Amino acid sequence: MEIRPILSSLRRHRIPAVLIVLEIALACAVLGNAVFMIGQRMASIHWSNGIDEAGISVITVNGTDPALAASGIPRDLAALRGIAGVTAVAAVTSMPLDQNPALTGFTTTPDGKTTVNTSVYFLGSGGEQALGLHLLQGRFFNADEYADSGLKDFQSTGHVLLVTQSDAQRLWPGQGALGKTLYANGKSWTVVGVVSDVLAQDPKFSGPGGRYSSVFYPSRPDSMMGDYVLHSAPQDRDRVVREAVQALGRLEPGAVVEGETYAQMRTDYFADTSSMVWMLVLVCVVMLAVTAFGIVGLTSFWVGQRRRQIGIRRAVGATRSHILQYFQTENLLLSTAGVVLGMVLAFGINLYLMQRYEVARMPWYYLPVSAVALWLLGQLAVLGPALRAAQVPPVVATRSV
Amino acid sequence: MFGYYLDLALRSLKRNKVLTALMVLALALGIGATITTLTVLRLLSGDPLPGKSAQLFYPQLDPYPANQPFSRSGKRMPFLMSYIDAMNLIHAHKAERQAAMAMSQVKLTPPSGTGKPFYAQGVLATADFFPMFDAPFRYGSGWSAADDDSRAQVAVIAGDLNDRLFGGANSVGRMVRIEDHDFRIVGVLRAWAPQPRFYAVHLGGHSYGKGDAVFLPLQGARVDGLMPSTMMGYGKSIDVEHLESAPAIWLGLWVQLPDAADVAAYKLFLGNYAKEQVALGRFQKSRTALSGLMAWMRSEHVVPEDVRLQAGLAFGFLLICVVNTVGLLLAKCLRRSREIGVRRALGASRGAIFAQFMVEAGIVGVAGGVLGLVFAELGLWGIRHQPAQYADLARLDLTMFLFTFVVALVASLVAGLLPAWRACAVAPAPQLKDA
Repeated sequence: MEIRPILSSLRRHRIPAVLIVLEIALACAVLGNAVFMIGQRMASIHWSNGIDEAGISVITVNGTDPALAASGIPRDLAALRGIAGVTAVAAVTSMPLDQNPALTGFTTTPDGKTTVNTSVYFLGSGGEQALGLHLLQGRFFNADEYADSGLKDFQSTGHVLLVTQSDAQRLWPGQGALGKTLYANGKSWTVVGVVSDVLAQDPKFSGPGGRYSSVFYPSRPDSMMGDYVLHSAPQDRDRVVREAVQALGRLEPGAVVEGETYAQMRTDYFADTSSMVWMLVLVCVVMLAVTAFGIVGLTSFWVGQRRRQIGIRRAVGATRSHILQYFQTENLLLSTAGVVLGMVLAFGINLYLMQRYEVARMPWYYLPVSAVALWLLGQLAVLGPALRAAQVPPVVATRSV
Repeated sequence: MFGYYLDLALRSLKRNKVLTALMVLALALGIGATITTLTVLRLLSGDPLPGKSAQLFYPQLDPYPANQPFSRSGKRMPFLMSYIDAMNLIHAHKAERQAAMAMSQVKLTPPSGTGKPFYAQGVLATADFFPMFDAPFRYGSGWSAADDDSRAQVAVIAGDLNDRLFGGANSVGRMVRIEDHDFRIVGVLRAWAPQPRFYAVHLGGHSYGKGDAVFLPLQGARVDGLMPSTMMGYGKSIDVEHLESAPAIWLGLWVQLPDAADVAAYKLFLGNYAKEQVALGRFQKSRTALSGLMAWMRSEHVVPEDVRLQAGLAFGFLLICVVNTVGLLLAKCLRRSREIGVRRALGASRGAIFAQFMVEAGIVGVAGGVLGLVFAELGLWGIRHQPAQYADLARLDLTMFLFTFVVALVASLVAGLLPAWRACAVAPAPQLKDA
């Protein structure tokens, strides 16, 4: 296909050509950034979590008399164990994604400094089975450690803890974590096991550094343990939650008892994120539709204006596919110009967002992806008008319109 | 003349219905998206206490040790205050009004047999909270500074809680059971929910949405062991049993300073207080800060970042829609070169042609505005059904309603400029010759 005649024709219709280029450039710039934001948010919605999410339900009990915790918690646990289908149950202080951060900065030396806020979880006896923690190295807690440890002022009075894989690698790179000591606020604990990465209580608040920074302590029943974790088969969860809330409502008449499946907890945590994703998707779709309509409109006008020229070309021997290709190539040239400008613009917008908001640098591959999308869109949009142009009969050339 | 242009424009728009519909639709989508996001942004970044906010200030001190700064960079000031400092500043009475506060999730137990216990958002505050923030009372009033000092077990409850517990009757003098302790009700508020909930920033809970349910005297509630939602320690650990003397920050302090002279005087007082504490050995840093309410909302990023991003995205989208409208209007007007030639030959001036095309663009704008309003209402309806805490607030007010048409007209007239200019530049002679 000869490009020079197209260029010379575009030069004579500078304003419509510039408008198409501009529209494609803007769409490309917005699309690139929007798709990048969608990608980042989708990634956060699917953050992995080293507990058995599909088998867990959580019953939260608030407003009990703290003095009765030592006897009340074992009684509640016994009642929960009696529910048909419950395979494991334990009391814990908090859950990943429960949005109540309890954070401590740990160090590997008594007077070290840290920049990471670690989520702190206290597990009652059997907590590792109920949560479905994956042990990678070492061991879980033994009965003595559960019995001899408690918590005071949000700190463990015991001597052992579990760390996550991420923390093990961050704190002791290239060495084993087992047997090492962690320090915080003048106290110290020995690492007895490494588990696969468990999310923080509020990973958005904790930031990328604290997302998978979690430690687990053993603890005897304590009034700070407001959550009961129930493990069951996934299909039993709804019934288990219902029965557990009823049972605890009877046992703790003065307390506020609420229950939900862990899947629901995760959905709640990411509710804003997923609504933002939907909003971004909606805007992208509508924006692409508007851009396509703009191209259709301008090209149709173009075709209408050049009916006579097309007729002459057809009369002197151009085939229909020549005419079709002419408009397709023209659109490809305009799209290319728009896409190049758009990629520069997209990069600029990303830089601006990085400065003003907590937006990360856009990986380079988002640019060609949105470029290809707009190329395809342009070709699709031009197809209708171009086919109509190809239908112009040669006889038009002989008529004076 | 305007009537004639209107007639011409309507005829022209009718001649090519699909193109007209496309233009109006694209513009309306852009306007709908922009107005939806701007309405939310405006609601969220609004003034929580219009008329009063200019007098309200948030003092900050830095009791953190030099080797254990509050923020890693050391630049940020601690955003809460310790009990000792808050009480020292309150008892100095250097501002017209001053109040310390903390938030707390509290268990409310309805009178026996009338329902199950439930949790509600509570505020632990000192006496000036109500007059300083202009909280409106339906029954009774707030408590006094003397009640603060005597650790009185009194409470002010919100109107909707009063409706729920006492059927809306005057409940002043009756008891309400909070965290298994009885408090005597001294006041019932009317509906009161500043947006954003500025006084709770960093203290816990949501920034938007429903107001707080119960208000208790700080010291009186602490006697009963009520705990603040947020506390941060700067010592070895937080002794939760003795929070008042612990090296921990957990209170927000607000002061009312009516004019600039008061602000300057208070800044001086705050600086001197910090220096005094350094001299006493309690502080290692003498820096202080005093922010106005609106400045404090901005510096603490109360408005969610996503809302700003959405507004920016909507603007980008509107820009694309405007460029699209320019293109389509241009296509339309160039197709009518011959008509323009005839009109020019019959004596219409360039100005007349320009005006004619601008009127046409304006009509597209008004139509786009009306349809855009429908899209905006649809968008806001969608937001009201989102789980966001500000969902219930997302409603179009009169200002935004009018603003929609301003945006629509400006967008369409800007879009119309280039086509109208091209149209009036058409030379009449070649167009007529061609025919």
